[in-house]
Amino acid sequence: MFDHAPHAPPHRHPSPLDRLDPRGRIVAAVVFSIVVAVAQRFPTLVVALAAAAAASLLARVSWRGVLRRLLPLNAFMLLVLVLVPLEVEGLPLATLGPLEFSREGLAVAARIALKANAIILAMAVLMGTMDVTTLGHALHHLYLPEKLIHLLLFTVRYVDVLRREYGRLRAAMKVRGFRPRISRHTYRSFGYLVGMLLVRSVDRSERIEAAMKCRGFRGRFFLLDHFAFTRRDVPFAVASLAVLVLLALAEWVH
Amino acid sequence: MSDCLVSLEAVHFAYDPLRPVLAGCDLRIAPGERVGLVGPNGSGKTTLLALVVGLLRPSSGRVEVFGKVRATETDFQEVRGRAGLLFQDPDDQLFCPTVAEDVAFGPLNFGVPREEVRQIVARSLESLGLGGYEDRVTYKLSGGEKRLVSLATVLAMQPELLLLDEPTSGLDDEAEGRVIEVLAGLPQAMLIVSHHRPLLRRLATRVVRLAGGRIEPLDGQL
Repeated sequence: MFDHAPHAPPHRHPSPLDRLDPRGRIVAAVVFSIVVAVAQRFPTLVVALAAAAAASLLARVSWRGVLRRLLPLNAFMLLVLVLVPLEVEGLPLATLGPLEFSREGLAVAARIALKANAIILAMAVLMGTMDVTTLGHALHHLYLPEKLIHLLLFTVRYVDVLRREYGRLRAAMKVRGFRPRISRHTYRSFGYLVGMLLVRSVDRSERIEAAMKCRGFRGRFFLLDHFAFTRRDVPFAVASLAVLVLLALAEWVH
Repeated sequence: MSDCLVSLEAVHFAYDPLRPVLAGCDLRIAPGERVGLVGPNGSGKTTLLALVVGLLRPSSGRVEVFGKVRATETDFQEVRGRAGLLFQDPDDQLFCPTVAEDVAFGPLNFGVPREEVRQIVARSLESLGLGGYEDRVTYKLSGGEKRLVSLATVLAMQPELLLLDEPTSGLDDEAEGRVIEVLAGLPQAMLIVSHHRPLLRRLATRVVRLAGGRIEPLDGQL
């Protein structure tokens, strides 16, 4: 009943992207995001979005999956497109009673929407298709602090154990007729539930630490996997660099 | 006496001073012995295993492991490299994302070079019929597989002594049979906490009972 793992990477056919060095993909995604975030000109942003879309074709991600990620973002962007033109002063485009939509405001909102879509799409394609374990190890090899990576990897490993623990406690409540209502009894019961989860988590973390100590753990992790930057990565690196140079030219040289 | 792998003498231990768990506990394990340990729930069986590898320290008494009296953390770090403790819940033991990494964790901690670690991982998994499990994700394994992988993580450290905490609890008949057969084929001396009579009959060379904080022999009652 509680057996499927929600954070497993989606099943799909391996794409050319999966064979690349994950470190290269992370660096490309991060640098791309920074460049897009600081860019201001429309041509730059359109090129960026086009490049991200092209990468998504290369990665063979399913359109449905991409839409599922972009839909909530764009629902929010719709709000931005309506509200920002009201806030920013400039040439009036349209008026609605006392409300005035400005041209400059619309431009600002459109820029935000383009940037957000390009960045999310690039992240989804380059990093979202990686399983979390690989991501953790790649980040380690990119010299991110060990503690953060351990936090990530332990979370991945134990979030499901905790979820099952929660599921069991909830089921135990349900079979004794518990139905959440707006009542003091409900609040208290949920309080106990959360408290019990915390207590059990602390207990479990102590047992895990004991198990690790038994196998000689003295505060340092050693990773077994190493990544290799191979000939396969060269075309990707060249293409990424070309896109970034194109963006820079469009933004700063035109 | 020093030819014993484990020798506990008059060991006392309490989590709560009002309710002592062990009160004058004596236990010896000689090389080649497989000692079964039974006792009521909460009688301190798991506590006793934790004392042997120094996860807990006795309030009084002597803990001698591998021929030396052990008292400090440094003493026990050496013990942990030579005695493998199999935890009751494999989810406590398997914390790495993939099977290979989890099996490699112990040897890497003891500074074994990576190439050799890979061979150890392959060999440990192979010996338990888990060849090809290297890249499996630990939290997606079945209960029986988790137990066997936990055992592989312990065996990868090439222990001289195995401390097994309920090695077959929560397993179905088939997985249980497999675990018992695997254990029967291992050369190490063992201390086996279990209530499972078929397992004790098949494995244990003698069985002792922990009750009232003391160890007493249990003959011919299985």
